Amino acid sequence: MLKIRVIPVLFLMNGLIVRSEGFAKFQIIGNPIDELERYSHWLADELVYVDITREGGHDIRREDHRVKSAGDDILAILRQIARSCFMPLTFGGRINSLEQVDAFIRNGADKVLINTAAHRNPALVTEVAETHGSQAMVAGIDVKRIDGAPVVHIDQGRTAVADGLADYARRLESLGAGEILVNSIDRDGAAEGYDLAALRIVAEAVSIPVVACGGVGGFGDFCEAVDEAGASAVAAGNVFHFTEHSYKRAKRTMRNRGLAVRYPYPS
Amino acid sequence: MIAVVGYGMGNVQSVVNALDHIGAPNAVTEDPRALSKADRILLPGVGAFRRAMERLEKTGFAAALRAGAAAGTPILGICLGMQLLATTGTEFGETPGLGLVPGRVERIPAGEAWRLPHMGWNDLDLRRDDPLLAGLDGQGDTACYFVHSYHLVPDDEGAISATCDYGTPVTATISAGSVYGAQFHPEKSQAVGLAILANFAAL
Repeated sequence: MLKIRVIPVLFLMNGLIVRSEGFAKFQIIGNPIDELERYSHWLADELVYVDITREGGHDIRREDHRVKSAGDDILAILRQIARSCFMPLTFGGRINSLEQVDAFIRNGADKVLINTAAHRNPALVTEVAETHGSQAMVAGIDVKRIDGAPVVHIDQGRTAVADGLADYARRLESLGAGEILVNSIDRDGAAEGYDLAALRIVAEAVSIPVVACGGVGGFGDFCEAVDEAGASAVAAGNVFHFTEHSYKRAKRTMRNRGLAVRYPYPS
Repeated sequence: MIAVVGYGMGNVQSVVNALDHIGAPNAVTEDPRALSKADRILLPGVGAFRRAMERLEKTGFAAALRAGAAAGTPILGICLGMQLLATTGTEFGETPGLGLVPGRVERIPAGEAWRLPHMGWNDLDLRRDDPLLAGLDGQGDTACYFVHSYHLVPDDEGAISATCDYGTPVTATISAGSVYGAQFHPEKSQAVGLAILANFAAL
């Protein structure tokens, strides 16, 4: 039986892992290589790394000198992670070209996550799917509520897109995306649960797997994304960083609610 | 030495990383002549069947793989690499495969409720003893990481050594003589996958 995937998401900024809140506030929480060891040890189902470094923006390394940055060379970070990552690995953020995608895949990523470029250059989605297979092409949708309605945003939440959420998702699927990760800007770091209504709109619009992201506060939120919104996989960042034994406890909560999860632990 | 066929289809580095991790000597080769000297051949691959076969034929790897199989060299196809072992692929029209395992590669006949691609961790249901799967029986969790929309349907059902359930039985592993296939990614399936690769390395 196919399992509901539970996916830790790690946000990279200037070679450091950060906690993100509302796509606007960031706090250093670790080094990408150390974090990989933690999640490998936890037998995570899959990992997503998203580089949210802002070109020409504030360098978060100035804020803390205790945590060692893995540096600015994202491919070098990826190579080091891939060497001991025996689970599916998605890399995303700041991708604009097929050449970048080729480099990520060649250096050990299994999939790429593309968000803004999927809107600005839709042909890229098709090129990635044709070159590397649609399973390698994860399309990201960032949603922000405006007057209560879910609106697609790009440019790390700074620019609204005119298309409706369902149409936007369907177009990504027809362009060749193999999976869609839906993140909520309002819920990011808020620990109030996923934006279930937005998730449901996407899950009903497409027939490819939909990954829920953004807003998890408790393990019950994972179950809701599956039961109430039709997500195929659930992703989260903060809850795994800041809650003790959180990954295994999340799986146990889901299993106790009757959801099929992978549970390679001694009960 | 395991020769890993490098023909530009997918993330070969992951396979190399996993083989290095279990201490299995390996080398990626872009030279089909190297296969005749290898004592095992690993054919990875993700992407489209037709494009992959075109590359294998054009580079000379297709002939080298057929020669390797005829010589009894153990061959392991992973994901698309397993599907290429079949006689015929059916994605974007019929395409002849390597023909090492009589059978066809068909779209998974999943119903409406089952999203394709079949993506994620799914339990192996072992159908028979097989050296590739040695030690997995009764080991509790046997879930492996799958990502595909097509699967190999062999003419001889006995070639199937494990399936998984996705509304319908999906071919997970096959073996026919010295030719083996895994539809999932053992290099991405943590302990279970690494054990399967170690089994192949020890054949």
